[in-house]
Amino acid sequence: MRSPNVKAQPQDVVKDASMIKQKEMMASHYERLTGAPQTGAKVASTFVPGNLNELIMCFDLVNNLPEVNAIQSGLRKQSGGYIMEAERAGHSEDVCTYVKSDIGMMMKGNIGPNGKQLPNPDVLLLSYTGCFTFLKWFELLREQYKCPTIFLQTPYMADGKITKNMIDYMVKQFKEDVIPTLEEVSGVKFDIDRLREYLAKSAKAEDDLVHVLQSAKNKPSPIDAYFGGIYYIGPIFGAFRGTDDAIDYYRFLREEVDARVAAGKGPVTPDGDMGEEKYRLVVEGPPNYTSFRQFWKMFYDEGATVVASSYTKVGGTYDFGFRHDPSKPLESLAEYCLGVYTNRSLPMRIDMLVNYINEYEADGLLINSIKSCNSFSAGQLLIMREVEKRTGKPAAFIETDLVDPRYFSAANVKNRLESYFQMVEQKRSGKGVAA
Amino acid sequence: MTDKSVSEIVARCEALYEDLNFTAAREWKEAEPGRKVIGYMPIYVPRELIHAAGMLPLGIMGGGDNLEVIHGDAYYQSYICRIPRSTIELGVSGRLDFVDGMLFPSICDVIRNLSGMWKMLFPEVYAKYFDVPQTYQDEVGGVFYTNEMREFLHDLEGIAGHKITDDDIRASIEVYNENRRAIGDLYALRAAQPWNAPASEAYLVIRAGLVLPVEEHTQLVRDYIAAASAEERPLKDNSRVILTGMFCEQPPLNLIKSLEMSGCYIVDDDFVLISRWLLGDVPTEGDPVHNLSQAFLHRSMSTAAKYEPDQAEKGQFLVRAVQKAGAEGVIFASTSFCDPALLDRPILQNVLKQAGIPYIAFKYAENSGQMQPIREQAGTFVDSIKLWSAA
Ligand code: SF4
Ligand code: SF4
Repeated sequence: MRSPNVKAQPQDVVKDASMIKQKEMMASHYERLTGAPQTGAKVASTFVPGNLNELIMCFDLVNNLPEVNAIQSGLRKQSGGYIMEAERAGHSEDVCTYVKSDIGMMMKGNIGPNGKQLPNPDVLLLSYTGCFTFLKWFELLREQYKCPTIFLQTPYMADGKITKNMIDYMVKQFKEDVIPTLEEVSGVKFDIDRLREYLAKSAKAEDDLVHVLQSAKNKPSPIDAYFGGIYYIGPIFGAFRGTDDAIDYYRFLREEVDARVAAGKGPVTPDGDMGEEKYRLVVEGPPNYTSFRQFWKMFYDEGATVVASSYTKVGGTYDFGFRHDPSKPLESLAEYCLGVYTNRSLPMRIDMLVNYINEYEADGLLINSIKSCNSFSAGQLLIMREVEKRTGKPAAFIETDLVDPRYFSAANVKNRLESYFQMVEQKRSGKGVAA
Repeated sequence: MTDKSVSEIVARCEALYEDLNFTAAREWKEAEPGRKVIGYMPIYVPRELIHAAGMLPLGIMGGGDNLEVIHGDAYYQSYICRIPRSTIELGVSGRLDFVDGMLFPSICDVIRNLSGMWKMLFPEVYAKYFDVPQTYQDEVGGVFYTNEMREFLHDLEGIAGHKITDDDIRASIEVYNENRRAIGDLYALRAAQPWNAPASEAYLVIRAGLVLPVEEHTQLVRDYIAAASAEERPLKDNSRVILTGMFCEQPPLNLIKSLEMSGCYIVDDDFVLISRWLLGDVPTEGDPVHNLSQAFLHRSMSTAAKYEPDQAEKGQFLVRAVQKAGAEGVIFASTSFCDPALLDRPILQNVLKQAGIPYIAFKYAENSGQMQPIREQAGTFVDSIKLWSAA
């Protein structure tokens, strides 16, 4: 049984320095974006997986990420309306709801989370990693915005390795197309030393991020690496990789997490410190954003902490050693794009999840299968069986959607989770292992 | 001149189409020791390279509406299209046990992920994700693609146990050029006289090319053209339409027939795109791999799974197809849950709207059984086309 007195009440929650810092960073970013028409700043729309923030900054462009906007719309419960708007305009109910949320938002005047209108992009940087839907998404946006579109193809890591041909191809695309077009759009000449400087900063923040993610190997884990992890990856997956702000943020976060470890504390949740850690899970797949808090609560109310997740690797996989490397700037950007989670073959994904279960001593795997997302979802049932087979740990499967509230059934999800936790218990008692 | 009748040829093609054990390909393989078969999925792979290795390229387009999917559903959620689950079914039920390798072209995330699933499920079989460039500069996408093809050739040499020379590839290119010409002629005949070469027959004739050796298929197409041209079937008061969106999961034959019965002459389509992917002949002089790459980069078809770098060009292929075939409207038939087709559809529809070309849209699955709604929708479309043209 959970002891409710262990938890802080919401009013007691003290915001950590990292949380305050992140809030400020996000607010200033959206101000910069929505203020672009006044300041004359130019805007590049691009995606999280394969986000080339350091390069974008070399041209003084402001980074706008439609997926993050869709997430914001989901969290603020506006995505449902946007999706319906897009469907009324002829978009199929079958396709990715990120795209429809973004298109619906555009149709409704493109109002950002700060209540101000987001500017039209000056360039669409279609850095296309890990998902074919991105390609269609920007073709749809290009039709509306009629602005230059830069295409960067990242070959798929189908055989579990990065070949010279892949890197050469990407570096050539940078040199022949991406950089010259960004120069043209921005009017800023490319300076490779500037890029090196940003990449060095990225690597620094990446070290601290990895430290934070790996802190979940502690028992109890001081972080929730899925629900909490989504906040932690925000700056580095978004518009801050390569900035001093990101370095500061991850330093603060690291210090806070270390302090929690020293104090033997579990993760911070929206309801304050989490109670006793009863289950340690690995989660595969994106979360649901329209009922994010409710979804998370179903975990922490039961004492379940997510100790590792694949979703926190969609904007870059750093925990197996990759860092942005200023000594080989373009190659390093290529490697970064190639390594994002959804650009990895199915066998690689399985290896990674098995590794997480073992390394983080998890009780099992939970898959949140997203209706929208073929990139993640196609093959997940096989992933589930294979991970179960290899680890001997139970796995469970739930189905929701990212930002379409029609596909989040709280009762179903809760039922599934409850029976999953029972399964974990049974497995433990069957084996006579004490938790 | 041929002595085979249309019905004989079509009956043979239909038998090939329905044979989910791929007996023809099995027999080809067994006819000589050491023969190998390489399967491929939609949309495109350079079959010339497989042929040059002395192997049979075998097109796998899912299981159609005759395959009972028993195991496949355990691999996929309900919101994923049907072709990957029926293809898995073909695999786990042993129907592809004679296949020595499988290619999964770069087309969408589902086929992409299936390549990894295949590696897990059939570890003893060569499985390759076949990547193609989405950037079309010679020195960039072109070099990447040439290298990918060279790597594939190297793999094929390993499977074949012998070298593949440039002359082998040149000879294969020529053989496929002949096939492309024959298929081009068949499409031209159908556009000119759809009553004599209806889409439901042309489709079966093209599909036969997925399982037969190419030389035999070219002859079959020629035989069909000759036989169909010799017959004079009654001309109906149908409307001429183009079907689009069927580039991956194939429609049930019944769907094509239903459209014809509801008054459509289908004068162009995107079925089995591989057979027409490269436009015109691929040169046989010079570096053959380079030539295949050039053809892919600069002279290949457009479809949803292929990036169009030029906004002004986006969707124009469809407008040109309408003009070329003298079509009066377009039918968007998209596979349910197919992100590429369904996300592309609104863009293409806008292009058609601007060009004043009428269209309708519906979804299907390879095992769709209920044709009544589609028949009604198509019938209404045909009526409205007639009204417009009368006005
Ligand atoms: S399909 Fe998945 S990865 Fe692709 S854009 Fe949609 S949510 Fe993102
Ligand atoms: S039907 Fe569409 S989504 Fe399904 S495998 Fe084919 S291209 Fe992909």
